[in-house]
Amino acid sequence: MRVAGIETEYGIVDPDEPRANPILMSSRLVTACRAWAGEATSRWDYGGEDPLQDQRGFRRSRLGASEDLLTDAAEFDAAEGRVTLRRRRGSWEDPAHLNAVLANGARFYVDHAHPEYSGPEVTGAHDAVVWDRAGDAIALAAAARYAEDEGSRVELYKNNVDGKGASYGTHENFLVDRAVAFDDLARRLTPHLVTRQVYTGAGRVGLGQFGEEPGFQMSQRADYMEAEIGLETTLRRPIVNTRDEPHAARDRYRRLHVIIGDANLFDVATLLKIGTTSLVLSAIEADDERLDALELATPVEDVQTVSRDLGLRARLELASGETATALEIQRALLEICRAYATDAGDAAVLARWEGVLERLGSDLFSAAREVEWVAKLQLLGRLRARHASETHPSGLPWDDARLAAMDLQWSRLGDGWATRLADAGQVERIASDEDVAAATTRAPQDTRARLRGGIVAARPDLVDAAGWSTVVLDRETDHGHLEVVHLDEPGAARHPLLDALMDG
Amino acid sequence: MAQLNAQGQPYEDDAPEPEAPAPAAATASTDALDDLLAEIDGSLQVNAEQFVRSFVQKGGQ
Repeated sequence: MRVAGIETEYGIVDPDEPRANPILMSSRLVTACRAWAGEATSRWDYGGEDPLQDQRGFRRSRLGASEDLLTDAAEFDAAEGRVTLRRRRGSWEDPAHLNAVLANGARFYVDHAHPEYSGPEVTGAHDAVVWDRAGDAIALAAAARYAEDEGSRVELYKNNVDGKGASYGTHENFLVDRAVAFDDLARRLTPHLVTRQVYTGAGRVGLGQFGEEPGFQMSQRADYMEAEIGLETTLRRPIVNTRDEPHAARDRYRRLHVIIGDANLFDVATLLKIGTTSLVLSAIEADDERLDALELATPVEDVQTVSRDLGLRARLELASGETATALEIQRALLEICRAYATDAGDAAVLARWEGVLERLGSDLFSAAREVEWVAKLQLLGRLRARHASETHPSGLPWDDARLAAMDLQWSRLGDGWATRLADAGQVERIASDEDVAAATTRAPQDTRARLRGGIVAARPDLVDAAGWSTVVLDRETDHGHLEVVHLDEPGAARHPLLDALMDG
Repeated sequence: MAQLNAQGQPYEDDAPEPEAPAPAAATASTDALDDLLAEIDGSLQVNAEQFVRSFVQKGGQ
């Protein structure tokens, strides 16, 4: 039952005006999202963010310091949980058009030149699927509202590359025990992040950052991974990101920020992406030394090697001098992780993991209902074959624009080819449409997202702003200040003050 | 599956490719996919190059 969450940056296009400003469009989309949400939304609280802190550095615990402060604060009431006071400030800190905190606990905002949905904290891979697809539904609802209010169209793409050199991310976040040394965490997790592409890849037409070579590869992101470890997320991107911004009690938790993953439209891919990585992290937290045998000699190169190895036979060199295929490494990880399943959700992940590896290893296309790149490759292969001729016996060449167009259109929200394939019954669904629809306005009930989303839904009139670890209240009080409710425990879904306000 | 690239090298147009239509894959879902393929093919005849050229994004995280 590990707390996790997914952030998705969408590609954004005005189909009638290709040169429209993406920052402006993204900002208008957030405004449209707020309009869609009605009253049930709030501003973002930038108070606690610290994006420059590195996992490898040290900093004194903010928690320890602020609790000393709290005991001096006459207004602090232990029965209400952690609350500190904050002076009122000007509205400079949050232009409302750049952020929307939503009733489902998510944040919908402008990140660089893209709209981003940062899903609420969930426990378990199944809920990750539900609230990830809820994000797509919210983005679509915002786009529909945008069309009404702005009189122009906007299309959203759940992919990670434009084929012109740009990449934008789909990031996973996992709550990890702070006691694990970060170097061990990075070293032991890397083989998993390099090889899990075989079932998390969304597929991509084009090789190289600019798609300069014709061809097909498993992963959208592989060609943009250029370092083993580092703080960057927009250039020289690392396999393991070291941003140390836990959004939680810093002395107990890390938030592992995984930036290597693809955006997925297939439920099984999302389920496995979150579920397997969470289990491997449990093995790392338990200091399972069996993981060391899987260490790779050249992991950065291996990311690209695996992504291009559509036959799943490439042998990767291990630090030990032996070699193994991506599938072999995944099977070894599966066997190690069996010891760390703690609930039915984990058991379901293990069963699916085993089944998908079996299908990939025996007959690639038997995994087409579950693995996104396999489904995309199958459809592209059939499209190519339709155009086989004397001069092109294997059909359309890989540099034909039709294949690149189909790849891009695959990921368009609402009517993209992946969605159409699912509508045709060719994609296995983990989450029902009903659960996804409900999750657009309801937060997960077993994390602090319940408090954030719940108060935004029930009493938006009292909420000045909300962040991952804070809810800032603005209500009639004698002291006349804003009250900052601290939610430093991501797994704590109850809070005496917020629950009282929600019930009242 | 037909021939597979065992070295993990990029697929060139004249190289063996795993996506040569595989008999096993083409059976179960042929009917369901045919209509969709025809629609995709039809829509791509019109504007594929223009579409690809105009899909330009700024880099993100």
